Amino acid sequence: MTELLLLALGASLVNNFVLTNFLGLCPFVGVSRRFEAAAGMALATLFVLTIASGLSFTLWHWVLQPLGLQHLRTLVFILLIAGVVQFTELMVRATSPLLHQALGIFLPLITTNCAVLGVALLNVDKQHGLLESLVYGAAAGAGFGLALLLFAALREQLETCDVPAAFRGAPIALVTAGLMALAFMGFAGLGAR
Amino acid sequence: MISDAVLVACAVAGALALVVGAALGWAASRLPPAADRLVERIDALLPQTQCGQCRYPGCRPYAEAIARGEADIDRCPPGGAVTVRALAELLGCEPRPVDPSLGAAKAPAVAWIDEERCIGCARCLPACPVDAIVGAPRYMHTVIADQCTGCELCLPPCPVDCIELRPVQASTVHGRWHRAA
Repeated sequence: MTELLLLALGASLVNNFVLTNFLGLCPFVGVSRRFEAAAGMALATLFVLTIASGLSFTLWHWVLQPLGLQHLRTLVFILLIAGVVQFTELMVRATSPLLHQALGIFLPLITTNCAVLGVALLNVDKQHGLLESLVYGAAAGAGFGLALLLFAALREQLETCDVPAAFRGAPIALVTAGLMALAFMGFAGLGAR
Repeated sequence: MISDAVLVACAVAGALALVVGAALGWAASRLPPAADRLVERIDALLPQTQCGQCRYPGCRPYAEAIARGEADIDRCPPGGAVTVRALAELLGCEPRPVDPSLGAAKAPAVAWIDEERCIGCARCLPACPVDAIVGAPRYMHTVIADQCTGCELCLPPCPVDCIELRPVQASTVHGRWHRAA
């Protein structure tokens, strides 16, 4: 139990996928203009990450390893993630058309969110079991969501600030992201024994 | 000569793609988005005048009523025969003339305010369903022609009858009418 808690803490805060590993920066910058859209994206990514890590572990353990096809993992995982993302898009479109509109192209683009593939591959590399994979995926998704929501809230505040002309838009966003990454370095060593 | 490894790789990837595709198809048939998408498609065919001549509050509620099967497709005078034909094609039923009791089909028109006579009472502002009238109390109002849908809802509230409808000039591209046609 403690192991799982530490794993979750590590994946969500200490080694935050966005701010420490720099995975999934595309939706991090792309969908953080409005808080509502960011919240939707955070939930969708959490869902995709959890399901995808569980399924990729199952495939790895029951199909790829017994058949000795470990070299196919990238291809197979991407296929799997694409399927899960399409399923998520169907769900979002059915349950909340407005959110579907707000997320726009970034919803199908979760497929190419490298955090998702990253979690699947890291699960394999770290030889996680099924439960560990699920926890790791969910924690990575929660960490991604936390960073995205914080960033979106900061960017909404920045909208009303008097930013120098040269820094408006993407530059100030990237500076903000860098400062957030610095702040998240404060978590380093948390949970270490 | 293709090696066995390549064949196995193709077989595994193909099988996985098939399984994922089948699961997605199954999920798509189980989830209920079809009706929503139908509403969207019907709504896209309506002229978006929001005039309420169909006796529904706006185009979207009318589209929802059609999708539920409660309303006929002949209730949109501004859309006229073009809209009825498009709806009939989408829904697979027979086109018919617009119900004459709801008002006659007219040529595209936009509201125009005679600024000499406007007293700035601002009563036409809340009546406009698309916020196409600019103005404030005690200031003259004017109509943004590109936004106006010609729904005539601003005519009754005007106390000095200074609003009239003028036909859309053929040379001007008016966004909404352009879309309706």
